[in-house]
Amino acid sequence: MELTQTAPAESYFKRLTALDWLFSAFLLGGALYALNQYGSYMDVYEKGIMFAAVGGFSVLGWNWKPIRTLMVVVAGLSLFGINDYHADLARADQAFFLKYLFASQSAIMWMSALFVMATVTYWIGFATRSEFANRVASGLTWSAVAMGLIGLMVRWYESYLISPDVGHIPISNLYEVFILFSIITSLLYLHYERAYNNRQMGAFVLPVISAAVGFLLWYTFGREAQEIQPLVPALQSYWMKIHVPANFIGYGSFAIAAMVGVAYLLASKGILASRLPKLEVLDDVMYKSIAVGFGFFTIATILGAIWAAEAWGGYWSWDPKETWALIVWLNYAAWLHIRLVKGLRGAMLAWWAVVGLFVTLFAFLGVNMFLSGLHSYGTL
Amino acid sequence: MSKSSATFAKSVYELFSSMRFAISLLTVLAIASIIGTVLKQNEPYQNYIIQFGQFWFTTFEWLGLYDVYRTAWFVVILAFLVLSTSTCIYRNLPSMLREMRSYREDASENSLGHFQHRAEFAATGAPLQALKDYLLAQNYRYKERPLSASEGTLLAAKIGSTNRLGYILTHSAIVIICIGGLIDSNIPLKLEQTFGLKKIETRDIPQSQVPAASRLAPDNLSFRGSVTIPEGSSADVVFLNIGDGYLVQDLPFAVAMKKFHIEHYSTGQPKSFASDIAILDKKTGKQLLTHTITVNHPLIYDGIAIYQASFGDGGTKLKLNGWNLFSPSGTPTPINGVVHDSTKLTSGKVNYTLEFTDFRPFNIENTGSEGAAPQQDARSLLGGNAVAENKDLHNVGPSFQYKVRDAQGQAREYSNYMLPILNDKRWFMLSGMRTSPADAFRYIRFPLDPDQTLSGFMRLRGVMFDPAQRAEIARRFTLSALPDGDSSPEIRTKLTDSTEKVLALFAQGGYQTLSDFIEKNVPKAERDRAAQTYLKILELSTYDAYQMAQQQAGLPPPTANEATGWFIRDSLNSMSDLFFYGAPVYLQLAQYDQVNASGVQLTRSPGKNIVYAGSFLLVLGVFAMFYIRERRLWLLVKPGRVLFAMSSNRKTLDFENEFKRHTQRIADIVKE
Ligand code: HEM
Repeated sequence: MELTQTAPAESYFKRLTALDWLFSAFLLGGALYALNQYGSYMDVYEKGIMFAAVGGFSVLGWNWKPIRTLMVVVAGLSLFGINDYHADLARADQAFFLKYLFASQSAIMWMSALFVMATVTYWIGFATRSEFANRVASGLTWSAVAMGLIGLMVRWYESYLISPDVGHIPISNLYEVFILFSIITSLLYLHYERAYNNRQMGAFVLPVISAAVGFLLWYTFGREAQEIQPLVPALQSYWMKIHVPANFIGYGSFAIAAMVGVAYLLASKGILASRLPKLEVLDDVMYKSIAVGFGFFTIATILGAIWAAEAWGGYWSWDPKETWALIVWLNYAAWLHIRLVKGLRGAMLAWWAVVGLFVTLFAFLGVNMFLSGLHSYGTL
Repeated sequence: MSKSSATFAKSVYELFSSMRFAISLLTVLAIASIIGTVLKQNEPYQNYIIQFGQFWFTTFEWLGLYDVYRTAWFVVILAFLVLSTSTCIYRNLPSMLREMRSYREDASENSLGHFQHRAEFAATGAPLQALKDYLLAQNYRYKERPLSASEGTLLAAKIGSTNRLGYILTHSAIVIICIGGLIDSNIPLKLEQTFGLKKIETRDIPQSQVPAASRLAPDNLSFRGSVTIPEGSSADVVFLNIGDGYLVQDLPFAVAMKKFHIEHYSTGQPKSFASDIAILDKKTGKQLLTHTITVNHPLIYDGIAIYQASFGDGGTKLKLNGWNLFSPSGTPTPINGVVHDSTKLTSGKVNYTLEFTDFRPFNIENTGSEGAAPQQDARSLLGGNAVAENKDLHNVGPSFQYKVRDAQGQAREYSNYMLPILNDKRWFMLSGMRTSPADAFRYIRFPLDPDQTLSGFMRLRGVMFDPAQRAEIARRFTLSALPDGDSSPEIRTKLTDSTEKVLALFAQGGYQTLSDFIEKNVPKAERDRAAQTYLKILELSTYDAYQMAQQQAGLPPPTANEATGWFIRDSLNSMSDLFFYGAPVYLQLAQYDQVNASGVQLTRSPGKNIVYAGSFLLVLGVFAMFYIRERRLWLLVKPGRVLFAMSSNRKTLDFENEFKRHTQRIADIVKE
């Protein structure tokens, strides 16, 4: 009898390597440094959120090793960009590295370009069945995510350079949340790509991100939306910092589910079936995405209600945005019931996931464009 | 219970606890919610009548579509949902609990044979202990059931059975959240209205005169209302807007407004709104507490949350210069006014009422695009566009609004800016007028004289419109146009007459009477030329009038330059426009003493914490459902043979992979 077989499975913590602990120490060090430098500007909630983030990112990094590299790279380059400013905004147009790489607008343009390149490369890989092309596409996606995150980090700093009272986390308007959406959706996708060891789905998921990038570019050049604007009083709340990202994990997951749903529908009709993963895999990704999205969307909606209670005086005002969030939530709750309780699988659920994206899209954009309400931020 | 009613009750129970019923309810709820978002809720009824016409207005009103989420039918659907989910829990709970506890150790060899995920191995030794160790190592918990010697031993193992807790938590959470929501809803009020105990007030009367039938007692379980309190005063009621009327909610205390603060960013966008308030004892007026509320930071007192919601004017004191437009002179009359108050004004024999409606200390306006009429700003604090759409925004200073109501009760509304505004490189005073609140203001631009005052314009207007001085203007004009000796006396007389005529026509109704005159008396072919001649005469003679006006005021004569030319032209334009102004006076703001009012919202919502508790359970439940996977595993260890079967309530790829992994490992163990 082999001893290893019956030895109890090692506990979670024992399986962590020195590198894992080093990474956590790195995060903690960063947080302590921030506390030491800027602690006097933070309130107790912000400190709490920061240390919760250390824990959260540690666990994320332990479970998904490549994201550690991403975090270190983003932290390093963001700090480099921030330092390169010498506290002078005008350097964005003068200093070489800022002008061409790390000023938020340059970084975000890089992100946009890299996402489009990744989309094209995934399709080349898909068409030619080239694993090499697919690997390149993954690499491009990772780089795009890194540039996007650097862009957001530097933008955060830039907002404080404009004036300390203008400074705020860059998730406060439609322009900024589109960047967030692109980043979160790619990260979720990259996670599935690794978990299922399959890169073919990228050809379907990346186009959604490219579409978001297209919108972002139109919004930048058509509306000059990239300008950093101060926060109106209603948005000056720490709830914003968690409500918005939680919402976008939901939106991103639902987008992935829908695009995988499209792949499922094609494959189930025999179209491209030989290039796509097996139907069971697609079905599983679709289910997992919706499940994860549903969980985070639930949290986001509840956080929104708590915030509304503070800002508007009522946790639920049947404001159009709230109401559409409820509709999106009910839609996916029904989807999960049908699958889990009735045990339904197949094309019908895939169609539903695709339709679900349109419902989500309306809640995300349509409400701002067509309906009026208390959530007027991000009006197009 | 008779048999038929028992079966009826049973089928109702089955219906209510069925998922189909729940999903149907949810669908109806979703559709109703969509209607509520597409149709703007709680607008003034007048707007709906304009939008839909009388017939559809009445139909929609009957359906309650203007306040969907508070209609009886919507609340009934919610109640059914609570009922349905509760029966669903009631129905599923016992089996779920049993499932959680049970190991299903009664599985027989036969039933294991029917599993989709099963495997069979030939065993050489006695692997029972090794298998038990394996299960523990995999974090499974198991129960051992020894069967007969030939049948061997059954190991029934499971992991993650708290997954079932997820169902219990999520579904109880939904019931809890709905109950919390229903507590905070207006059901009791709706009932009282239905039985005629409460009546919605639609008249615009002081709140102290609102009858008891439209008032709610301070111990009302839940409410959400608002009130606007001027600085320096207090309120002990809030107003609940319902349909096209309101109810008055009496508060258990009074809220005093000490000061309202507003801060702006350097770009002009609002940065913060804050009110210094005090809570007063209602009877004694004693101050119990002081606090500053801001957006996102309400004060909770006595179970009632007090929020910063909006702001407005609380009765700013205005010192005004009244320029009499009927008997123009170079000096204004002082007039005092208070916003939200009115004053009498007599002009000749006609009485007017001046109603001061609003004052704004700043107006952030788009000065980039030419001639853009200043926009009405919606001064709500809620939301707000974080993306400024235009960068040509400037603060153009204070403005105030008032209505001038004549003896017949007809009113026109005016909006005047305090500071001059630069337009086409010239400075003007702006006064907007409209006859209906639905219209935009149309602005008259009064030109400023070189001393930056209105006196020059007013004096010029006085001379122009004084019939006694017309002959003198015409004389001077003829003199300057036709210097002595150049022309015959007939031509001179003709020019003097024409000038007097033009001035008289203009004094009757501005450019309009002039053009009417031309249309009536001049053949079509010559009209253009005649118009040009008349305008030239008018402009040039106005210059003479301006000289006279200056002379009479003991001032030096105007210099003949381009600026004076523009001043003359702009003066003529505003004189002409003034015929449509409709007020006997132009009010210029000289000084003000601002008094703000702050809009606060007060809510008592006892259901809030219930809803939060429910939400917490919901999140726990949802994550329990997704992240705890329940798996069961059976090993029937028989002499020489091991049967392995596995099941899960979630058939995912992870489960398939785990099954494969266990199959392999168990095969290895059994082989030893
Ligand atoms: C207000 C209405 C309801 C809502 C919003 C709701 C919501 C949910 C949610 C979010 C889940 C989680 C999906 C999952 O991950 O498994 C779920 C599961 C489930 N629901 Fe509902 N539910 C509602 C009513 C009902 C009713 C009336 C029934 C009665 C048949 C029911 C039966 C179930 C069952 C059996 C599950 C799966 C439990 C499991 O497999 O572990 N639900 N529900």
